[in-house]
Amino acid sequence: MTNEELKQHITAALPAAVFDETGEWLNVQVEANAWKHFAQWLRNGQLNMDYLFCLTCIDWSATPTGKNLLTMVYHFTSTSARHTIVVKVKLDRSKPEIETVSDIWRTAEFHEREVFELFGVQFLHHPDLRRLILTDDFEGYPLRKDFEDPVNMIKL
Amino acid sequence: MDNNQNNDLKSASSSNGDFPGQTYELPGGGIIISSFTDIVNWARSNSLWPLTFATSCCGIEMMSVASSKYDFSRFGFEVARATPRQADVIIIAGTIVNKMAPVLKRLYDQMADPKYVIAMGACAISGGPFFYNTYSVVKGADHVIPVDVYIPGCPPRPEALLHALITLQQKIKSGLTREQIRAENLQP
Repeated sequence: MTNEELKQHITAALPAAVFDETGEWLNVQVEANAWKHFAQWLRNGQLNMDYLFCLTCIDWSATPTGKNLLTMVYHFTSTSARHTIVVKVKLDRSKPEIETVSDIWRTAEFHEREVFELFGVQFLHHPDLRRLILTDDFEGYPLRKDFEDPVNMIKL
Repeated sequence: MDNNQNNDLKSASSSNGDFPGQTYELPGGGIIISSFTDIVNWARSNSLWPLTFATSCCGIEMMSVASSKYDFSRFGFEVARATPRQADVIIIAGTIVNKMAPVLKRLYDQMADPKYVIAMGACAISGGPFFYNTYSVVKGADHVIPVDVYIPGCPPRPEALLHALITLQQKIKSGLTREQIRAENLQP
């Protein structure tokens, strides 16, 4: 499917979706409360997004406009139709919560655990939200921009 | 620099030439005069088996040195062993992170004496050119285990690793290692 066709399908399914085509792929911005339903449609609807190949998070707090902003980023592709989209969901940095998609794409289970420990995002209804890599007694979220570790890091 | 390296290569490859002691040819045999420690060190330095241990990209250079083009078995680093109990030297080829540090310590403890350590590359020396300002990286493997020879570079050239291996051999031949000195001091 071309980007125009993808946009038509997505707008029909979720009129509130906001598009951005500046990158390599079509970017779709979705509200956090609409995310779970939209994710299920992505997997099972016409788009048939059966492959979640990247799940990560961005901390914008070092930028002037993003003081209280985390963004979840999901990259999807369809192995049958070969189209790709990027879905971005803005989260409140002081209380980041989003529904898990690990029941839709099984790979998200580990990646959400990683984002959970490195950014502190709570994935609601995740089956096993434990730390993945860090030690059990680790304090703080090391990939957040305001993370400080005076023992191991110098301030630049 | 190049000349030095060539000289090192030459002297090490003709290791029979630098036998520590005098030999006297006599009818029906010969007499060797030397000290026992010198002969032990000479023998040890020419049979150092490295541990198969690499934590990042320096490991690729180390494998290159082990393979036929550079071939460190020419100098007695005969074969890389997959168990610390059969290894004499550990080449720390790569970044050591906080979670890897206890593993490195355990591997080192499991190696039989005498044991030697080479810190290969910027990460093993100081944490590295990329990841040093991080919550997760040990700023130099010598925070965990004692290091005999350091090789700068990112990654070091295979020739640099060969030079370090030969430097380690010369260090062993020249006398006691840190561990041996420590063990002697412990004895009354």
